[in-house]
Amino acid sequence: MNGLLNLLIGLAMGLNLVALGTSRLPSLIRVAALQGVVLGIMPLVIEQEFRGLLLVVAAATMAMKGLVIPALLRRAMRTANIDRDLYPLIGFVPSLLLGAAGMMGAVVLARRLPLLPEHHESLLVAGAMASVFTGLLLLIGRSKAISQVCGYLILENGIYLFGLLLIHSVPLLVEGGILLDLTVAVFVIGIIVDRIQRAFDTLDTRKLTVLRE
Amino acid sequence: MKELLLILVPLVAAAAAALWPHNRTRPWFLPAAGLAHAFLAFGLLLNPPAAPYHAWLGFDPLARAMLPAVSLLFLGCSAYGVPYLRLRAERSNRVFVPAFLAALGLMSAAHMARHLGVLWIATEAVTLCSVPLLHFNNTPRAFEATWKYLLVGGTGIALSLLGSFCLGYASLHGGGVGDLTFTGLMAQGQGLSRPWVLIAWVLLLVGYGTKMGLAPMHTWKPDAYGEAPGIVGAMLAGGVTTVAFTAVLRVRAVVDAAGAGVVASRTLLAIGLFSTLVAALFLLSARDFKRMLAYSSVEHMGILSIGAAVGGIGLWAAFFHVWNNSMTKGALFLSAGNIRRAAGGRTIDEVSGMSLITPRSAALFVAGLFAVTACPPFGPFFSELLIVKSAFATGHGLAAALFLVCLLLAFFGLTRVVFAIVYGRPRQAAREMDPRFRETLAVIVPPVVLLLLSLVLGLATPDLLREAWTAAVQQLSPVL
Repeated sequence: MNGLLNLLIGLAMGLNLVALGTSRLPSLIRVAALQGVVLGIMPLVIEQEFRGLLLVVAAATMAMKGLVIPALLRRAMRTANIDRDLYPLIGFVPSLLLGAAGMMGAVVLARRLPLLPEHHESLLVAGAMASVFTGLLLLIGRSKAISQVCGYLILENGIYLFGLLLIHSVPLLVEGGILLDLTVAVFVIGIIVDRIQRAFDTLDTRKLTVLRE
Repeated sequence: MKELLLILVPLVAAAAAALWPHNRTRPWFLPAAGLAHAFLAFGLLLNPPAAPYHAWLGFDPLARAMLPAVSLLFLGCSAYGVPYLRLRAERSNRVFVPAFLAALGLMSAAHMARHLGVLWIATEAVTLCSVPLLHFNNTPRAFEATWKYLLVGGTGIALSLLGSFCLGYASLHGGGVGDLTFTGLMAQGQGLSRPWVLIAWVLLLVGYGTKMGLAPMHTWKPDAYGEAPGIVGAMLAGGVTTVAFTAVLRVRAVVDAAGAGVVASRTLLAIGLFSTLVAALFLLSARDFKRMLAYSSVEHMGILSIGAAVGGIGLWAAFFHVWNNSMTKGALFLSAGNIRRAAGGRTIDEVSGMSLITPRSAALFVAGLFAVTACPPFGPFFSELLIVKSAFATGHGLAAALFLVCLLLAFFGLTRVVFAIVYGRPRQAAREMDPRFRETLAVIVPPVVLLLLSLVLGLATPDLLREAWTAAVQQLSPVL
């Protein structure tokens, strides 16, 4: 079970690097969506049984992260009719190098943290930390509102990975609540993105500089 | 089960308001729900429900010490909301009123949350509910503020989720069976895995500290408070921050029980002092009187953290200060809203002589200024004095001295802005003031009442509240 799980986590970590290296908005959205689907499969791999509620949560995660949210972002991108190129505040090569360094740091750090015996062989903690770091890097290093949302999604994916450590102890009700909250959060962000576009005629957050000290 | 009504009543009112067809009468849902909520909250303050509480949600001593203050502030804001929304009749309030009501229900839930996950869900939901409130004015500036609020607040709240998971893992690693209620976590005490507890504490403090607006995670605050309508600013500064403070206190009690209380106190003290310092420095250069209130709020959040860091009497004083903060911030934001509306500007470069144009609001604003800068006989003076005294008594002399210097600087900064806009000759722009705006009783009475409550809290603190705060301190540090 750990082998397959680690394979999926490795895939998610690889997608982090792709997200940092891509220079086009549509491919960034695609990467975030694909990572979401990979994450959605994981609870089924961990539990290895197909209880009803678990299936529902996994399916909902995949549908939300893989279909609904990316569709929303693509729509925002299309209606806003924005330039598909990303203008990075932190260049692609530096971001990739930072991302790779962060990934290695995460693996080293995860080895040093006290873990339960059943998590010793798993990459969950390392993958979670690497994704959180990637998400923060994208949030800081990209200027388009939609690419920042993608950064936020990857940050969330990292937290979701960490949450899988607790899959046996967090009641599914709470898990469902968390999923719902995150989904609504992205919806709200999507709406605001739309309004910003209308108000400013741009989605470049570098233009949002009226309010400053 | 009566305590669940605190959550249900506002949520039901929100649903009803969303379905209500008339824009003109919809705002009346606000005071109606506010009144019902206040009655319930004070009823429960008088007759607290007997322990044991439900594992996930309960009106425990901590909720009892905080929630009535928020309820009172909401009542004041909702009474002001009716005339305010009448002035803004051209904008539909179909989203605003339900979101405002839902925020109250969710804030109640967050105060009463006794489970790590439930606490996070409620806090996040409060954040999302306030988004439509922030951009009610629909100006580009409002959207810019909302975007920053979402991005900074969203990241903060995401980190607090990560922190919650880390705390959960600390329990799991220490042999826990996955009981994520605060009672369960505290009972596990030393059994919690220490490295994970420390990681969780840092993440949760950063996460909920963002919501509170502690420096350096306060960057969303001036924008949001500056652009939001007055009642929203008041609710954010006096209600949402209280929610986040409650969350920090609940987590800190677990960290305490795990034997890392010294680390927690030290970080709280450092971040509290840093917040007061940053706020004081920014206040010295503030020109916009609504943004000024945001920095004042950062300062007061710093004061709360310092009180919580000192512990014991200091923590008791922090509860006292929560009440004072809610009342004075309410009075200030509402009177600032009046001045803003009449003046048509917000910086000291555009506005002056408001004592001639809106004499009552200007007088209130000055009185509120004295209250918020802790001049006697207003409540904040007594709570801050108590915090300073207990800091000296527990050997935090240096911190207390720095704290007093910051308070003095903040006082200079605040008085500079307030007197610049109140005195002098009115500017041309203000003479062509908003023709619909009159200083009617409806927009003056709510801030006056809130200010009077702050006065009463200072001069004659009700024994009932004293007892409630003591009970809350005992809940958080059972050894004392």
